[in-house]
Amino acid sequence: MKDVGQRGAMPAQNNRRQPQGEIPSRQGASAGLEQSSLEAYFSHHRQTAKSSLLRLFKTPLSSLMTWLVIAVALALPMGLLVLLSNVTGITADLEGSSRISLYMKLDVEDQAAFQLSQEIQKRADVESVHFINRVEALEEFKAISGWGDVLAYLDNNPLPSVIVVQPAPMVNNAQQMEILSSALGENPGVENVQVDLQWVKRLNALFEVLGRATLAIALLLGVAVILIIGNTIRLAIENRRDEILVVKLVGGTDPYVRRPFLYTGFWYGVVGAIMAWLLVNIALWWLSGPVNQMASLYYSRFQLSGLSIEATGMLLVAGAFLGCAGAWMAVKRHLDEIEPR
Amino acid sequence: MSNDPMIHFDRVTKRYPGGFEALTEVSFKLGRGEMAFLTGHSGAGKSTLLKLIMLMERPNKGQIFVGGQNLDRFSRGQIPYFRRHVGVVFQNHQLLFDRTVFDNVALPLEIAGVAPREIGRRVRAALDKVGLLKKEKVFPITLSGGEQQRVGIARAVVNKPPVLLADEPTGNLDPELSEEIMKLFQQFNQVGVTVLIASHDLALISHMHHRVIRLDHGQLQLG
Ligand SMILES: Nc1ncnc2c1ncn2[C@@H]1O[C@H](COP(=O)(O)OP(=O)(O)OP(=O)(O)O)[C@@H](O)[C@H]1O
Ligand SMILES: [Mg+2]
Repeated sequence: MKDVGQRGAMPAQNNRRQPQGEIPSRQGASAGLEQSSLEAYFSHHRQTAKSSLLRLFKTPLSSLMTWLVIAVALALPMGLLVLLSNVTGITADLEGSSRISLYMKLDVEDQAAFQLSQEIQKRADVESVHFINRVEALEEFKAISGWGDVLAYLDNNPLPSVIVVQPAPMVNNAQQMEILSSALGENPGVENVQVDLQWVKRLNALFEVLGRATLAIALLLGVAVILIIGNTIRLAIENRRDEILVVKLVGGTDPYVRRPFLYTGFWYGVVGAIMAWLLVNIALWWLSGPVNQMASLYYSRFQLSGLSIEATGMLLVAGAFLGCAGAWMAVKRHLDEIEPR
Repeated sequence: MSNDPMIHFDRVTKRYPGGFEALTEVSFKLGRGEMAFLTGHSGAGKSTLLKLIMLMERPNKGQIFVGGQNLDRFSRGQIPYFRRHVGVVFQNHQLLFDRTVFDNVALPLEIAGVAPREIGRRVRAALDKVGLLKKEKVFPITLSGGEQQRVGIARAVVNKPPVLLADEPTGNLDPELSEEIMKLFQQFNQVGVTVLIASHDLALISHMHHRVIRLDHGQLQLG
């Protein structure tokens, strides 16, 4: 065994050295950073972050389960949000270009209807008109509806000519729209006036409701994620009880003891969010085929847009936040009460 | 200040929840650089006394001073910083078996925020003192009982604490190993560390020629 003191002979009792250290005053003690450099502090953060993540990969199956649960819980509201923002995008388009369709009486000749469209064109509150004569209307109908065969059996063209009016930008609210459409409707040749604003309004109201519902679902699932992570961290704390006791006994502060568990929660949340991002994108890819088909049926160049950079960022931040919150809850309730006895 | 005792109990009474009085009006002083044994029958209150010094328990009456500091005044948040200056070798709170000997001994330094490059040097110095330098990379499970106890001691002294406490450090060891461990404590004492060891190995204690503090049913026995 090595000699601790001076080299050679044991030092005599009365030749004893001064004590090695001093018990710090409480002021010194509470300052805390007396010995520790900032470098060591950050190095411990880095190390803890790394080792917490590695620890999760050491039990891949159970970690994966937890991550998947979190991913599903995050992907559901996120997916709804993406769909919702897509469709509200469409209606915003429609609102900006709310048009008035004038369906002419069937006995109005195309020539007269065209004359009328030219007159309407001259109005100050009209941006442009688009005239669709009866033959065009029929062709168009055949093309989109796929009812061409049936129509071939009819002797007469059942469709009226249509004047599609694009109001000037100055017509920008429902009331002015109303004034314009009723003025146009007074023309004797017009059978029916259709303003496509009404359904836009209804749709918007519906989306408002859906938006709120999505928010509520997001909140509920957020709470669920916090609880799941909190419970997982609680088990991790139980498993590492001995280690916690030793660390506290040799002078580990509460923040030091909490740190690995907070990082574990953080990683549960962040990796869960990354997996949620994947899930949402897979779902969008899966939907894109039918959506494009639908869009073509509606004459729309609409394309499903995926998760924006902002939405991705939001998802990651939400994951990290929920992870830390869940871990914090578990740590507060279960870690602080573990004391060496 | 340096003539103060290192450990000073002033009429300390400890009653556990449930009413059992583990220590009654215990007063003693342990000088700086002194080494003493704490003995007494099972249940006499030896572990309780050490736990009071570690702030693992608080007294119901009386005051305890360590290094001139009144332990009463330490708040919960200050306790960790205090503990970094008291090395402990406890029978139950022992080594962490999922990390190497080196990492076990490094723990107090990491906690104290010692710079990483400094840690290696100090851990090896501590392992060298207990004669386990060659075992730094192994896991504690592969070590004998005596070697494990020595790793525990290395961990207790790696911070160079002025005070070293041990609770039954030779509890499970044969007489020869026990003596080796005790000599180790003696060596730390010879470089100025104040050492207090709870033990009921009276045979061993008797030929170590150190002061003996004897407890009986929670009361100090003089002489
Ligand atoms: N946490 C506790 N709650 C209640 N009573 C306790 C607690 N810890 C110890 N005691 C009691 O206090 C008395 C002293 O216990 P202590 O552990 O200090 O004895 P000891 O001298 O260390 O004994 P041993 O030699 O067996 O380790 C015992 O009677 C014990 O039952
Ligand atoms: Mg005991």
